[in-house]
Amino acid sequence: MTDTVLRISNVNKAFGGLQALSDINLNIEKGKVHAIIGPNGAGKSTLLNVCVGLLTPDSGTVTFNGGTNVIGKSPHEINQMGLARVFQTPEIFPDLSLLDNVMIPAFAKRDGAFHFKLFQSLSGETKITQEATEILASVGMDDKLNVIAGSLSRGDKRRLELAMCLIQRPHLLLLDEPTAGMARHDTNKTIELLKKIKEDGMTKIIIEHDMHVVFSVADTISVLAQGAIIASGTPDEIRGNPVVQEAYLGGAEL
Amino acid sequence: MMKQLMNLLKKQSDLTTILMFAAGVLTMPIWLDPIGANYPDLLQKFVIFGIFAVGYNILFGLTGYLSFGHAVFLGVGSYAAVWSFKLLTMNVLPAILFATLISGLIAAAIGFVSMRRSGIYFSILTLAFAQMFYNLAYSVLIPITNGETGLQLRMHDPRIIDNYFSDPLPGLPSTDFFGMSMNGYSGFYFCAVVLILAFYIAMKIFRSPFGMKLKAIKSNQHRMRYTGSDTRPYLITAFIISGMFAGLAGALLAVTDPLAGAERMQWTASGEVILMTILGGVGTLYGPLLGVGIIKYLENIFSTINESVLQQFFSFLPQWGENIMVSVVSPFVGEGWHLTLGVLFMIIIIFLPGGLMEGFSRIQKRYRKAKIKDNQSDSTKE
Ligand SMILES: Nc1ncnc2c1ncn2[C@@H]1O[C@H](COP(=O)(O)OP(=O)(O)OP(=O)(O)O)[C@@H](O)[C@H]1O
Ligand SMILES: [Mg+2]
Repeated sequence: MTDTVLRISNVNKAFGGLQALSDINLNIEKGKVHAIIGPNGAGKSTLLNVCVGLLTPDSGTVTFNGGTNVIGKSPHEINQMGLARVFQTPEIFPDLSLLDNVMIPAFAKRDGAFHFKLFQSLSGETKITQEATEILASVGMDDKLNVIAGSLSRGDKRRLELAMCLIQRPHLLLLDEPTAGMARHDTNKTIELLKKIKEDGMTKIIIEHDMHVVFSVADTISVLAQGAIIASGTPDEIRGNPVVQEAYLGGAEL
Repeated sequence: MMKQLMNLLKKQSDLTTILMFAAGVLTMPIWLDPIGANYPDLLQKFVIFGIFAVGYNILFGLTGYLSFGHAVFLGVGSYAAVWSFKLLTMNVLPAILFATLISGLIAAAIGFVSMRRSGIYFSILTLAFAQMFYNLAYSVLIPITNGETGLQLRMHDPRIIDNYFSDPLPGLPSTDFFGMSMNGYSGFYFCAVVLILAFYIAMKIFRSPFGMKLKAIKSNQHRMRYTGSDTRPYLITAFIISGMFAGLAGALLAVTDPLAGAERMQWTASGEVILMTILGGVGTLYGPLLGVGIIKYLENIFSTINESVLQQFFSFLPQWGENIMVSVVSPFVGEGWHLTLGVLFMIIIIFLPGGLMEGFSRIQKRYRKAKIKDNQSDSTKE
């Protein structure tokens, strides 16, 4: 018997005439890394957008941690429940230092969605500063604590965003193509990182085009094509599934 | 050694910062003397508008939300203070507290509505509110504002508290702080102390997690929401604080000259504080004060320079040279000080979008680089 962290039930979403998601049902189990793969425009990001409160679906529910329906909740409420997301295009605070970038999510986690204390001194926040430094060290960027985040390379921005999510220790972490648009050596660095954080027991949904990454980190894989889930299973099952090979992988050898 | 000193200056503790700041403000009559700016009226303006700009910077500098209507709070603060003088007492303390409170309440209402939008729509909403208040002051609100004449002290004002303790003296009373007159230099020193307090509050906000969150909202509000912060209450709080600072400044204008008029709320006054902030450096601790200094100096000193002063200044030149110089320079001084301000502003926006503070930090960086080079060449010699 396993716990379900996120239960997506009968979710539909259309943009004009385009059915981006049709009747999606998905259970994400605690402690697992669940990969969602599928061709461009399949609806993968749209599905995550529904989960974090960026989009409201036309119908369906998304329940988190066995209880609350997150549909209709605002993004900060969903995050406060313990759901963090790395976006497909990096969303960081470009004008702030790396340390600040990571400290802010930590404050939100500790202080809640709004915290009216004007005169706390930043220099007294040794615990969170320490924590932020450690997280940045774990993604290999502790040599850049005071660098302004906007000046980072694309790969580093993604790793920074990952650190911003990790410091919150979310119940569920959503990763939207963490290696997209990266140079080869950057990708390898990120894969190493993903493997490392696989060990921490945090539940994750990862969207990824790089099959090498998917098969090395995922416990479960779901395949999305034209807004519908056409297969779900362990990496081995997906590898051997003829429908998947046909629809998505174009018969290529896995 | 040099580096340590630099680091020390960079990471000034709260105490050293505020002590240095207080020393700088309180000695203004001394160091402003050589440039002819040492007279109480102007000194008072420097510090009062300093409070206005420091508060405005908490909103615009930290969150990036550009309000076009902050002069409303300046006006509200003045009216509230004068009413406190009329109804209660000539002591400035209740007036200041009352004005700050009232402007905070009005800022809460305006902020609550305006913060529903961001960017240009936010700016337009604040401008609309400001114009509304400005026009109401001449119509519906005349019982409160006394319309075109402006709100003034009168002989037969109730002044409940004052009249309870002593019989009214003949003539119009004047404002005081427990016996300390608010005219001339003592008025300046009183306002200066208020500025120091206001600056201290702003500095604490700048150096708190709260201030850091405001900067994060400016940098990427989207990210802020998806990492669990409800940005709206943060923004409204910043709006209210800056409104209260403006109300405080408005009250001090009435403290030093107990009279309030609606022209204080005109959109040009809102524009002025934006100019001051940008000129000095948006989002920096000292920049807005620098902007206030420059604009108020131009407005009050530069505007008094006339042709005869210029002729004297250029009298070392031969007659034809003097004539040329006077005719070239005269459009920029006296009535033409706006031209100087405009040109200065354009130069800043184009070359130093971070304001004069950016210029200073560039110079400092260059100096530091030169220093490092010096040290290196020194050590290779050894
Ligand atoms: N906000 C939107 N408005 C209109 N159409 C949208 C919107 N968001 C997504 N779409 C459309 O929905 C479809 C699914 O998009 P989505 O971004 O979910 O794809 P994806 O699987 O993430 O693709 P990719 O691998 O390229 O990121 C696409 O056809 C896209 O154009
Ligand atoms: Mg996508």
